[in-house]
Amino acid sequence: MKPRIKSIETKYMQDRQEFFSGLKNLDRRSFLKVSAAAMGAAAASGLLPGHSFCPVSVAQAAASSNSSESFRFAYISDSHLYEKKINDRFVRALLRAVEDVNNLEPQPDFVFYGGDLAQLGQPKELELGAQILKDVKAPLRMMVGEHDWYLDLGQKWQELFGRPTYSWNHKGIHFVTLNSVVERDFWTKRGLTPMERMMTVAGLDNGMQSPFSVGRQQREWLKDDLAGYSNDAPIIVFSHSPLYKLYKKWNFWTDDAEEVQAILKRFERVVVIHGHTHQILTNRIGNIHFHGLLSTAWPWPYAPEGMPELTVEMNRPDPFNTNDGCGDGQVHVHPDGLVDKIYSLWNRKPITVARDYTASWGTQSIPLKPNRPSY
Amino acid sequence: MQNTSTFANFKFILLSAACLSVIIMIAACRQENQLTTCDGEGKVQVAKDTTGQALADALMDQWTRDHPDRDWTTEEKQRHELKPPADNSSLLTGGQAEGNTYGQPTERDLLTWTRETEKFVLEGSRIFHSADLLKSTVSVSCDMCHPHGANTHPETYPKFQTQLGRVLLLRDMINWCIDNPVRGERLEPDDRRMRAMEAYIMAQRSGTKMNYGKH
Ligand SMILES: [Fe+2]
Ligand SMILES: [Fe+2]
Repeated sequence: MKPRIKSIETKYMQDRQEFFSGLKNLDRRSFLKVSAAAMGAAAASGLLPGHSFCPVSVAQAAASSNSSESFRFAYISDSHLYEKKINDRFVRALLRAVEDVNNLEPQPDFVFYGGDLAQLGQPKELELGAQILKDVKAPLRMMVGEHDWYLDLGQKWQELFGRPTYSWNHKGIHFVTLNSVVERDFWTKRGLTPMERMMTVAGLDNGMQSPFSVGRQQREWLKDDLAGYSNDAPIIVFSHSPLYKLYKKWNFWTDDAEEVQAILKRFERVVVIHGHTHQILTNRIGNIHFHGLLSTAWPWPYAPEGMPELTVEMNRPDPFNTNDGCGDGQVHVHPDGLVDKIYSLWNRKPITVARDYTASWGTQSIPLKPNRPSY
Repeated sequence: MQNTSTFANFKFILLSAACLSVIIMIAACRQENQLTTCDGEGKVQVAKDTTGQALADALMDQWTRDHPDRDWTTEEKQRHELKPPADNSSLLTGGQAEGNTYGQPTERDLLTWTRETEKFVLEGSRIFHSADLLKSTVSVSCDMCHPHGANTHPETYPKFQTQLGRVLLLRDMINWCIDNPVRGERLEPDDRRMRAMEAYIMAQRSGTKMNYGKH
């Protein structure tokens, strides 16, 4: 028998209904779990790996080009939490992501959080985030975003998660996490209150703020940190903003990107993984391969200019489905240090930007093209 | 004929001057020295014998104090970059302009057009970027998904909106967003705020070809 042809409207309504009934169950489950966790009052720091700003710990460990093991880690990013009583949508989305990574079989080696945990840097938002992330089964690594930082200039975030700049070695790869959202002081002269400063930075298109940067202090640290590694050591760097210049008006941008790239240039294989852009984003500059992270809260539009040629855009998100274009994902690290970047889009098939795609400068393993590109 | 009208004017001036002096005399006789600013709301205390420029300055100062956001358009433009309106300077030249009022705008006209249009659009920008002005109950504003109005594609309306099963205009989609992600207060189509937001969204898409029905 011939299948009945359904109109896109009918398909749409069916998908939507299925999705929402599925989500309802998921949320209740995760919600109960988190409520239970909330009863035991414990400091978040105890459950998180300690971070060190000091390069000494890594100098003894060995990263080598001959690692024979490939492995996976998972990521969650850009949850932009408000307190639950203000808006629980973003809270539910983070719960969903935690559930996703906890359901991975086998478990990833660790889970990386890409920054912008809070929406307005409020202690209650950060505490809520820390509490939800406590449920992550695998070890958790944290990165800071501008939304976490500019109310109290990182005080609460560091209290909960430690220093924002640190490095470690794992299965032959040297990992580095940077704070790339350092802004020049635009607030003192204008006499802004901490909340006004936070609101200014929280507006992606707010032109009163200054561009992001890594800054001299961290660049010096990075140089020292990498000093003991030979050029064939595989390096993976995490930064909240892309470590290149895409679109300044939205801070899809790091002002001292060239200087940071210059430090990384001597290595044969470097992968930079960044948050902040809330979308599938791929770039390569020399031997540095760049990948973006999805947000759990909302997708950003693609920048109107400056798009890297290697990026195959994701389909336009459906505004009628609050979770479309959002998600989490995984990174499959090959023995040579290059990665398959897996974007696990909620309500869509996952999209993989394969190691071979960036390695071949976009001539092999090309991801599927969108049929609804951005306007 | 001309004499009569000149005389009428003269009479009018005399009459006005007489009225004014009466008013001043009354004001001078009264013990109160409180004046009202030109908007009819601000109150200012001045010495009884204050006149001329000093009086005007006192009134202006009070108005300025009462309106701390008086330069909000400049500030809003700095905060949220706006595409400039069309350049009309070519209208200032051309031989046929003489004797044709419509064809002969002045520089001052052009400035007025730009200033007034920008002000209208900037009012939209302000609402677009403010969860409070949108009366959002969940602290969500339009720019959280649409920085600089991106991905609002006003040029594609009217179009059949699959998810709602009917043809929409841009304002219908604005109201849908206010209803859903923003959880604010729906606006009437002719509401000042709706008109301003439409204006902002369209202004930000300046230069894009109209393309109604595009999905
Ligand atoms: Fe973000
Ligand atoms: Fe960010």
